[in-house]
Amino acid sequence: MPEMASSRAMDTFPRLLFHHAQVRGSKTAMREKDLGIWQSWSWRDVAEQVGALACGLAQMGFKRGDNLAIIGDNRPRLYMTMAAVQCLGGVPVPLYQDAVAYEMLFVLQDAGIRFALVEDQEQVDKLLEIKEQLPLLDLIAYDDPRGMRHYNQPSIHSIEELMAMGRIHHQNHPDFLNDEVAQGDSDDISVMLYTSGTTGKPKGVCLTHNAFISAARGGIGFDHLTADEDILSYLPMAWVGDHLFSYAQAMYAGFTINCPESGDTVMTDLREIGPTYYFAPPRIFENLLTQVMIRMEDASIIKQKLFHFFMKVARRCGSDVLDGKPVPAGDRLLYALGNILIFAPLKNVLGLSRVRVAYTAGAAIGPDLFRFYRSIGINLKQLYGQTETCAYVCLQPDGEIKFDSVGKPAPGVEVKIADNSEILVKGPMVLKEYYKRPDATAEAINAEGYFMTGDAGLIDDEGHLKIIDRAKDVGKLANGAMYAPNFIENKLKFFQHIKEAVVFGDQREMVCAFINIDIGAVGNWAERRGIAYSGYTDLAAKTEVYQLIQDCIEQVNGDLMTEGALADSQIHRFLILHKELDPDDDELTRTRKVRRDFVAEKYAVLISALYGGKSSQFIETAVKFEDGRQGKVAADLHIRDLKTFGSAGRAA
Amino acid sequence: MNHQIGDVILDLKNVSLAFGGVKALTDISFDVREHEIRAIIGPNGAGKSSMLNVINGVYRPQQGEIILRGEHFARMNPYKAAKAGISRTFQNIALFKGMNVIDNMMTGRNLKIRSNLIQQAFWWGPARREELAHRAKVEEVIDFLEIQHIRKTPVGRLPYGLQKRVDLGRALAMEPSILLLDEPMAGMNVEEKQDMCRFILDINDQFGTTIVLIEHDMAVVMDISDRVVVLDYGKKIGDGNPDEVRASPEVISAYLGVSH
Repeated sequence: MPEMASSRAMDTFPRLLFHHAQVRGSKTAMREKDLGIWQSWSWRDVAEQVGALACGLAQMGFKRGDNLAIIGDNRPRLYMTMAAVQCLGGVPVPLYQDAVAYEMLFVLQDAGIRFALVEDQEQVDKLLEIKEQLPLLDLIAYDDPRGMRHYNQPSIHSIEELMAMGRIHHQNHPDFLNDEVAQGDSDDISVMLYTSGTTGKPKGVCLTHNAFISAARGGIGFDHLTADEDILSYLPMAWVGDHLFSYAQAMYAGFTINCPESGDTVMTDLREIGPTYYFAPPRIFENLLTQVMIRMEDASIIKQKLFHFFMKVARRCGSDVLDGKPVPAGDRLLYALGNILIFAPLKNVLGLSRVRVAYTAGAAIGPDLFRFYRSIGINLKQLYGQTETCAYVCLQPDGEIKFDSVGKPAPGVEVKIADNSEILVKGPMVLKEYYKRPDATAEAINAEGYFMTGDAGLIDDEGHLKIIDRAKDVGKLANGAMYAPNFIENKLKFFQHIKEAVVFGDQREMVCAFINIDIGAVGNWAERRGIAYSGYTDLAAKTEVYQLIQDCIEQVNGDLMTEGALADSQIHRFLILHKELDPDDDELTRTRKVRRDFVAEKYAVLISALYGGKSSQFIETAVKFEDGRQGKVAADLHIRDLKTFGSAGRAA
Repeated sequence: MNHQIGDVILDLKNVSLAFGGVKALTDISFDVREHEIRAIIGPNGAGKSSMLNVINGVYRPQQGEIILRGEHFARMNPYKAAKAGISRTFQNIALFKGMNVIDNMMTGRNLKIRSNLIQQAFWWGPARREELAHRAKVEEVIDFLEIQHIRKTPVGRLPYGLQKRVDLGRALAMEPSILLLDEPMAGMNVEEKQDMCRFILDINDQFGTTIVLIEHDMAVVMDISDRVVVLDYGKKIGDGNPDEVRASPEVISAYLGVSH
């Protein structure tokens, strides 16, 4: 890649931008669909508008070191604003655009926001709603003029006005912009991204130009990406993933970024653009697959037969074909035929025909889902990282995809596992500090300069990192072996028949589990076998169902045996709960995460039965129905012993 | 641009309409001013839809006349009404179910198309340029009504609330100066009603379109209209701003009933 920006001088984003405007000025930098037609901006256009905007902001009193809030959907003008702010040595602070006003308040106050650039009337209204509590705020600029005719407050301006002011300013002070850009340093903070604040108040993560440029350069080299990539920018701008892919990498390599028309049209826009490089959280891949499956159900019988036949072929050899591994000639031929008849049209419908590399991150992806995309020839890979590390710690290398690892440490990143299994990382992409929070910074970065991720993991024999749990959830069994409840539960939940699992084992001599069956999947399974049942409680107590679940768990035990440190975490005894865990009964959070301690307390009698060696236990539980009525569910629960394997030599 | 309520744009004088022996409308007079939102309310069978049908020429009243921008029409017909800038939506959505949203809305541009059938069939020269211009206009309406995501969806597949919005979109595509809305919110849930109210107010505010609407939801009518006409059994029993109408004893008795 001879013309890729790489020299010393390209060490800040504004410099990269003006470099692209010189070497590929007429190439498309950004696209947005407006009134049904894709509008384009060349790198030269972008550089001109960024310059005008920067001068306009300076004219309005924006100073080096100021923070500017950016609130809105992915719009070219908002990305340009980021660059404009960086030109002036300021820091853009993107906020989640769907937050309500009072949720934004903390961040706006914390970052001491004086300037805000927002997408439209909706966002302006939110800011006006909380303006009383934001005495510093003295400029609100908006991109979309719709509905803004009657806003005549002196602090509100359109982005066009700012640019017009900036152009005049530039005529009067032609050297101003260059001087400002020249003052920029690669160790300056380039962006501040707030953590989601699930635990405590959000913290502003300060990341430097050097951090994001290093992360971008590493990722681009790793996957051999070029200036010809097309990407769809549709994930929230406040999320580190979008900032890395749509801003840092795009600015570094010179991608074309494409902004969808609206949140509702993303799937259509995806098809029209056909990105070559694509990033989505697992739930988007899951939704796509569900849509495909639903449409297949409605397809004609011939199409269904063809689909299922070739999907079987794909499952058998698709991943190997993708990885360039040896595949029998017959399978290769069938796969090629399947590609013509099924896979290529399917990828086209999904908008993924041109994808060379796709990434998913943010949550664990189910192996079946992951395999599906890879088997039809989409090079889907996982990555691992946090806001604090520019979303860049581990990447899966082409041809070395393991379903349960997040890949190898990325170029320039050093990964170390601490004694308590916590993953520690070091490299140029690590945050500079938390904004105005030296205490939190000191807690997160240890004396040797490693960032403490808070995740527990292990590195396998081939150097792949496996994430097993949150470090604070990791415990020890009575014999001192590591115990990671979420890791085991996730393995269990990947079985379609298991909806929820809660495992126990911290400070105990063995691991035991509560299981919730998936009433849909198990019900269907039972019907096909002619097993009659009256409802969840009845179905859950069937011997056949117990056998089904037992088989699943024993597979997990087999898996765990190969996990080295986790081999002792094999599940010894389990029971199937007589009711589904439910947020209405406080057993799950509203985001459907198990509240382990609460469940342990509520079902203490079951836990003592599991560990006390009993073979059944009577239980009666109060339940709340959706309409607020209360009821009771009672059952005599069986408890079963499971087969365990190997190393501990304790097969039961 | 500021759209202050202006002079009378549409004036109905002593309109009476009968179907055989059934008197749908009896001697009704009211006017509509430029840029205002004028509501027609009344119980079922009061003659509200008949009134709209008279205004855009579907029904021809036996008596009375319609004065539109100073021009007298003894016999209005739908074509003349459309030419004069009156467009409407229907109570029971009258869209082409098998056609997609864009095509449905393009039919709203029909009157403004100048090229002939042959040119259109070959999509040649002026016909092509013209269609692009009309499509651009339709896209503006799509953007305005926030229905980009269903642009190419056949209308029959859409939920009711969105069909109503497409119906409104087609009427707007005509760039009307007077928009007649026949129960735009019937059968909608609260959220859809709020959206529709916002669109109606925005249309009035942004394009200065004069709006005549029929609506059953009293709260909506009182909130968004400038003046209200009340019909009962084909007769006008009230006319004025929402507060006056709400206080009028005849209106209360027609709507709520009074003990005798």
